[in-house]
Amino acid sequence: MPLKQVFTKEEIERTITRISHEIIENNKGVKGLVIIGIRTRGYILAERIAKVINDLYGTKLDVGALDITFYRDDLSAISEQPVIHNTEIDFDIENKNIILIDDVLYTGRTIRCALDAIIDFGRPRTIQLAVLIDRGHRELPIKADYVGKNIPTSQKEIVQVKLQEIDNEDSVTLEEIEDDKEEDGKVG
Amino acid sequence: MIKKKTGKWVNKDLLGLEYLTKEDIELLLDTAVSFREILDRKIKKVPALRGKTVVNLFYEPSTRTRVSFEVAAKRLSADVINIAVESSSVKKGETLNDTGKNIEALKADIIVVRHNCSGAATMLGRNVNISVINAGDGWHEHPTQALLDMFTLRKKLGKLEGLNVSIVGDIAHSRVARSNIWGLTKFGANVTVCAPKILIPPGIEKMGVKITDNIDDALSSADAINVLRMQFERDDMKAFPSQLEYFKNFGITEERLRKAKKDIIIMHPGPINRGVEISSEVADGTNSVILEQVTNGIAIRMAVLFWVSQVRDKEVKNEINY
Amino acid sequence: MKLIIKNGHVVDPANKIDEVMDILVEGGKISKVARAIDAKAETVIDASGKIVMPGIVDMHVHLREPGREDKETVFSGTKAAAKGGVTSVLAMPNTLPSLDSAEIIKTLKDIIKKTANVDVFICGAITIGRQGKELVGMGILKKEGVIAISDDGASIDSDELMLKALKEAKKEKLLAICHSEDKSLSGQGVVNRGFTSTRLGLRGISKESEYKRVARDIKLAEESGAAVHIAHLSCAESVEIIRKAKKKGVKVTAETAPHYFSLSEEGLLGYNTNMKINPPLRTKEDILAIIEGLKDGTIDVIASDHAPHTENEKEIEFEYAEFGSIGLETELAVSFTELVNCGLLTWSELVKRISLNPSKILDIDKGTLGFGKDADIAIVSPEKEWVVNKVGFVSKSKNSAFIGKKLKGVVEYTISKGKIVYKTSPFAEREIFRSANGEVGMAK
Repeated sequence: MPLKQVFTKEEIERTITRISHEIIENNKGVKGLVIIGIRTRGYILAERIAKVINDLYGTKLDVGALDITFYRDDLSAISEQPVIHNTEIDFDIENKNIILIDDVLYTGRTIRCALDAIIDFGRPRTIQLAVLIDRGHRELPIKADYVGKNIPTSQKEIVQVKLQEIDNEDSVTLEEIEDDKEEDGKVG
Repeated sequence: MIKKKTGKWVNKDLLGLEYLTKEDIELLLDTAVSFREILDRKIKKVPALRGKTVVNLFYEPSTRTRVSFEVAAKRLSADVINIAVESSSVKKGETLNDTGKNIEALKADIIVVRHNCSGAATMLGRNVNISVINAGDGWHEHPTQALLDMFTLRKKLGKLEGLNVSIVGDIAHSRVARSNIWGLTKFGANVTVCAPKILIPPGIEKMGVKITDNIDDALSSADAINVLRMQFERDDMKAFPSQLEYFKNFGITEERLRKAKKDIIIMHPGPINRGVEISSEVADGTNSVILEQVTNGIAIRMAVLFWVSQVRDKEVKNEINY
Repeated sequence: MKLIIKNGHVVDPANKIDEVMDILVEGGKISKVARAIDAKAETVIDASGKIVMPGIVDMHVHLREPGREDKETVFSGTKAAAKGGVTSVLAMPNTLPSLDSAEIIKTLKDIIKKTANVDVFICGAITIGRQGKELVGMGILKKEGVIAISDDGASIDSDELMLKALKEAKKEKLLAICHSEDKSLSGQGVVNRGFTSTRLGLRGISKESEYKRVARDIKLAEESGAAVHIAHLSCAESVEIIRKAKKKGVKVTAETAPHYFSLSEEGLLGYNTNMKINPPLRTKEDILAIIEGLKDGTIDVIASDHAPHTENEKEIEFEYAEFGSIGLETELAVSFTELVNCGLLTWSELVKRISLNPSKILDIDKGTLGFGKDADIAIVSPEKEWVVNKVGFVSKSKNSAFIGKKLKGVVEYTISKGKIVYKTSPFAEREIFRSANGEVGMAK
């Protein structure tokens, strides 16, 4: 399983800072902004972005966590049983500009689930998507507004994102899958 | 016994807490936390069981449990069919197994069954390939009730291990009591059952419970008390004292509670008989979590419906071998 | 027609034989039992390594005919008997109508004559319709050939009536078989009362309901002087009561069924209705007491209590299912596996309890391989293992409490009055072949 380093710790840090600036620029400030991260690593990135914005602008934005398990359309197809985390969105999303954050954008199905889930919470003004990695192979018409890095990948590869808060290190690496093991759980 | 992969759910059916491991129960309780959150949203629905059909097959009349399962199934976006069977006499009409097979032929996914005979759910589960959830079979088990009781306790007190829980009422004929005893003892809670001697079934101490026929004893160091409904309309209750006498000796009143822990939690599976097993003041008082139990019941039933529908290989039936 | 059984291990306690012998059968009777018989016969059976015993005399069998031919008939039931090594069967009277009149006995005798595969003896009812109210005409039944009486399935509650019945039975020299159960105590129970009934959430049948009635039946036996036989003992207390009575010199005999010394109530935890039996399966301690009773002779007889029921009546909710398990085709294997194979009884002691004692108690000339006796023989391969399967049963009904169990002991041949009424697959090892001129040969 050959490893290829995509992001080092420093590169991740710089990218998060850059994305945070882009978000503020695009939205002409922080007014009406809320951040929702998709469990698990999307939420961690969301907290980091919120901290950067707080450091830069002194504004503490609302950050929510979204678990999309119950919205998946492939529950009967995957062989592994799902692991369920909690959704915690304890603020009103009515008329807000939501920055939806995930670590890797792949087929687009996770984002589709997330959009369905968010709409069940209310009617936001806009939903904008920020991802650390875009690895291509879209199966649905989904596009990220803010991208950390575009990496061309093959379907035999996995993008392995590790974040300090739960993996004890910050890195993004590219690895090859063994045999013809399907990428279960990586709805991406 | 049942083969178990750690952390995963492999049971096609939910027949009773007797057959589940602590890990199984924990998975259900933890999942119910997520589902409980959904009930506070504006749109209380997720598409997890979209396109699936849940059939409520109720041989005993029951509005609350049936409605609870129906709400749970609908919140998961499932379609629900309700079948209320008139079972006025033994062996009348279609057999339980035939009914089950017919429902299977209609391509339903889950049968939620309530029946007056102990073991009915077990038998049905053996005979159909689709999932069977026991909503109460005779005196045997009412697993979802015990699960929601445990969920409520865990939510309020943060844990189950080491808790002193007393169950009061007609233990001998209570499926709620049995399921609670199985569930709570698996988590290391200290369970006491309290009833007049004729309502304590033989050998129950082998389930790891303390027995008493004195309500004050049962209340004295209890963290929680589960008050069962007294059914006076049953035939073999003739030997039993009147409703008033029961209330005098076993009824949970504010006066009795003065000798109990200040924060004791009062639970009841419902529907309550005010002035029989519990006084109105206590039922409506601050220690009572009776209505919370109802809401938690939906979350638990959503968790149960969710996990049984996740079982891939429907051939892996519960092997209850002894 | 001559038949010779060679090299089998003959177990015949009546004649104190327990060694390898040959048996010659002629004209349906035992003609010779000796070592290395040198005789020509049309049929030669090589029984090397097998047990050769008198056919089982099962004194507790429900053939269901007349009335419930959907469950079993004399024909199918005796076919099942033959498969199980049983050559004599006592048919119980809880048929429809009960065997309580000369007419119905005549009808049954006719059916037996026309369709039975082995010998069938008849047990008449004690009261009309087994209602426990009015006695049958015992003299009349005796004249029709009934050899015992019982209200099996029910017990006469009135001490007065039961005493009267026993006195009558003594007069007519009929054996009274007692199903000892006090229904006012067992009520609606469906399993043994105890921890298992609590776990299962089912009404329990207390042991009291059995042993109290056993004590009463023995008391009345003593009082009347009648020959009384207590059926299907299931619990330790009953065994002890019989033991004490026998010590006192009361004329009483007792019986148990294979499930009572092999299956405990724990087998019911999955609500297996095939294990729903009356009296119910009890605790492991009771099993040990039953075995002790068999060992020390307190219990004289092992009988199957073969109780066939249709699928409609068994594959339903536990509470509603009928009581009973079939037993003709498994009784020998279960008895061997649980008693002889683990050294609790010898083959000889088993044959006594399953063949010789029942014959003595019923006063019929069976259970022995003596010269001139009916050639009722069972040839058994004790070491062959098999798993009890619904599909394999010959009985019309398949409700066996032993389904799925692994047993040792297969009946290879059953001979009834000199005629082979059952043999295992023709591909059984070392078969015989006949030849018209009586030559003996071994097929490979």
